[in-house]
Amino acid sequence: MADERPTPGGIDRRAFVGACVAAAAPLVLSAAQQAAPAAPAAPDTAHAAPDSAQGATGTPRYDPRTHYYGMGVDVSKCIGCGQCAAACKAENNVPLDPHHFRTWVERYVIHENAEATVDSPNGGIDGFPAPVAEGGVVRSFFVPKLCNHCANPPCVQVCPVGATFSTEDGVVLVDESYCIGCRYCIQACPYGARFLHPVSHTAQKCTFCYHRVVQGMVPACVEVCPTGARVFGEVHRPSSPLTRFRRFNAIQVLKPHLNTEPKVFYANLDGQVR
Amino acid sequence: MARPFAPWRGFAAMPQQVRRLAVVIVLLVAAYFTARHFLVPRTFGDKGHYRAAAVDSIAVLPIHYAGREACAMCHPAEVAKKAGSFHRGVSCEACHGPEAAHTTDPIGHKPTAPRDRAFCVRCHAYDPARPTGFPQIDPVLHNPVRPCFSCHNPHDPTPPHPPETCAACHGEIARTKAVSPHAQLACTECHTADPRHVQAPRQFLPSKPASREFCGRCHATDAPPPAHLPDARPPKVDLATHGARYVCWQCHYPHYPEAR
Amino acid sequence: MQGYIYPNEFELQWSLLIVVYPYLTGLVAGAFILASLARVFNVKEVQPTYRLSLLTALAFLIAAPLPLLGHLGHPERAYEILMTPNTRSAMAMFGFVYLWYLMMVLLLEIWFDYRKDLVVWARGKTGFLASFRRLLTLGVTDLSEEALRFDRRAGKLITIIGIPSAFLLHGYVGFIFGSIKANPWWSSVLMPVVFLFSAIVSGIALMLVIYFFSTMLRSRPVDMACMDKLGAFLLYALIVDFSLEMLDFTQRLYEAEESISILGQMLSSRLVLSLIILQVLIGTIVPLVTLFLVAPTVRKRGFLKVPDEFRRLLYFVVAVFIQIGIFSTRWNVVIGGQLFSKSLRGLTTFKVGLLGIEGILVAGAIMLLPLVILYILVKVVPPWPDAEALVESEPTGADPVPAVQPS
Repeated sequence: MADERPTPGGIDRRAFVGACVAAAAPLVLSAAQQAAPAAPAAPDTAHAAPDSAQGATGTPRYDPRTHYYGMGVDVSKCIGCGQCAAACKAENNVPLDPHHFRTWVERYVIHENAEATVDSPNGGIDGFPAPVAEGGVVRSFFVPKLCNHCANPPCVQVCPVGATFSTEDGVVLVDESYCIGCRYCIQACPYGARFLHPVSHTAQKCTFCYHRVVQGMVPACVEVCPTGARVFGEVHRPSSPLTRFRRFNAIQVLKPHLNTEPKVFYANLDGQVR
Repeated sequence: MARPFAPWRGFAAMPQQVRRLAVVIVLLVAAYFTARHFLVPRTFGDKGHYRAAAVDSIAVLPIHYAGREACAMCHPAEVAKKAGSFHRGVSCEACHGPEAAHTTDPIGHKPTAPRDRAFCVRCHAYDPARPTGFPQIDPVLHNPVRPCFSCHNPHDPTPPHPPETCAACHGEIARTKAVSPHAQLACTECHTADPRHVQAPRQFLPSKPASREFCGRCHATDAPPPAHLPDARPPKVDLATHGARYVCWQCHYPHYPEAR
Repeated sequence: MQGYIYPNEFELQWSLLIVVYPYLTGLVAGAFILASLARVFNVKEVQPTYRLSLLTALAFLIAAPLPLLGHLGHPERAYEILMTPNTRSAMAMFGFVYLWYLMMVLLLEIWFDYRKDLVVWARGKTGFLASFRRLLTLGVTDLSEEALRFDRRAGKLITIIGIPSAFLLHGYVGFIFGSIKANPWWSSVLMPVVFLFSAIVSGIALMLVIYFFSTMLRSRPVDMACMDKLGAFLLYALIVDFSLEMLDFTQRLYEAEESISILGQMLSSRLVLSLIILQVLIGTIVPLVTLFLVAPTVRKRGFLKVPDEFRRLLYFVVAVFIQIGIFSTRWNVVIGGQLFSKSLRGLTTFKVGLLGIEGILVAGAIMLLPLVILYILVKVVPPWPDAEALVESEPTGADPVPAVQPS
């Protein structure tokens, strides 16, 4: 059809056009099927779906609706080595300066007069200096901190554009290509878990290492903790390490009066911890 | 005659101001919705008020830590050795650093192994905030200068000989007691420990005194001074009446027993 | 830095530009409330400031988004707030409150009030200004008695709707801060109300200054009755504003919640100059006492009789003090809320720089820009009483004769 030669006064113009369309139509349609759907000038580039991230064919596709994640932290097991904070920075390309952390470790020193002194030099990554004075100290301990991935997150509530959100599997994430950098979420977080990335000028925070979790791994901080002070698991599944953690420990959360419903559960948390 | 503002008479009957403004407003609203059609990302709103494709982009971020399961495939001997040792809970990458690159290119990317004392000291230097029983040393006094692995194999860090003193793991207690009135008393004065306590501390717990009479051996009014400390002058109380409803350590911390 | 702050709290998130923003929107609301006093509550004495207040409100409203854009990490994505607003976010919905106020209140009111003048001024003239004025009329050139009556009624209706809209505009900014439960310095039911009344105070004071300056620059006599009335309203607004702030302060001290200790430390170590001296003493107490003494309120000539020129000078100085005080109020809210840690255990410091997008130079330029815009507006649509076009419309359709042409 397409190779018909037009002869002067020969082929009818209408028939010629019709023939060209008939030839081109299957080409156009197949090209449309193969190409990514036409994307307007919007930051929605074609990215691989999670199942292709699994690598091997035949592995089941990750279904976020069958998971709901949380974390447990046992304060009495933390030795303040700072490995978690260092591993988090290595895993997630967090700036190495001492003012941007996705997770950090605080040291509390409770004095005899019931007051507490708190410090967190470089988030605990380089360890802690010798305590100032041993006299008059009743107890001291370390508390790891991170984003609590609240079930009722104030940061998600205040984001004006929908750049931060809760996923179906209970992880609060930030869409870096949509965030406008207004910093309202950073103001709204009661736990100081968020910061503005100095290069991308977008809000950032702990993601529970979502890119690891969807592949069945644990977050980097949980991976490297030498004493098992951090436990990762699912909130609603009976056969999860987190459920055992919640069964055997009296659980507290940070700032419960703010009704953020945190999903990081602390065992042996002292009343002085904010 | 005044023409009343009567919108029910139809658009043409409205004052010219209203007609012109209505056109302007309709144009602006149309412009807004047209802009929305082009500017709102395609997957926005699919699962909630966010761009659903963002979850997919985050899910494919590069992984740097391979996870302890990955090491066992090629290094079963080290993993097995570590699994029976005190470091069984310590992940390989806690010391060797992120090694996901090593799993994909074992020859081209070799892990490092920390060799300097500062690395082990990060966990094992004495800090009173660390939980009691966690093995801690004073880095200045404990075999200074020598690298740690010359005596302790990192995959099985059992010390070459059992700790001679309880202070090796119970540093905070030892230091507290050392400046207290009980400084002259050895730990074994009040606690008896099975020798296996140093190998499996939680399985073979040391004993603790159970009664007021135990402290009364030195502190009762008629008690003689202890044989191995003849010059000691422990404060005396009448056991029958002094805090009769309590056991002694409910008020007096035995490692620093202040009488105030 | 003293005490303990969360590691991520080292740098302040909202700095000088976010102090400038509520200051500018406050002036908008305040100027508009003054205009509505003239139009809706028929306070004749302040009529000379009616059109000037509307133009001032517009000038500041146009400039108001600039500090926000400058502060964003990605200003090129700012359109997302209007395209995909999160209806649970106060900041997102504020974009629509702002648009409503700009389009459906302020611009409409100005249009209805100026339409006849624009038609008359542009009639028979050529040139850019005349063409622009013709464009602004949207082609509605009807100057009949009925059309003019419609203009007046529509304007009045819009002003009536505009009063709660102006309340909403700046009260909303207070709500953006007041609804943050994570921050005990901001989280307060009174925050929107305090913001609104301090906005009214600053707006009236601004109009006092602008009216005074513009009249002097045009070499016209200052209408003392107008300035006296402005002074009186300023006093009333100041009394309400001060009472609200004292109420907030007293209640906080009385309840003595957990945060009182660190907030007290912050106040006494970081906010002495900006709060106690600038906001309270210079920004509120001195103007209150001065206005109480000289502004005619209960007594026709005030409690202290002073000559007109001196009283004028006092009003001017008071208005400047109030601007300093209200700017300090915004500073104390925005910066103060970030000087203490959410751990309630420590304080940090804030050093404002000279250069950079959040520096003094840029902030100063943004605060002066509305005056430049106002100058342009005054040239396009002069608000002076003697520039107003008089229209005598005749049923027979003879051409109306403009009485005075603007210079």
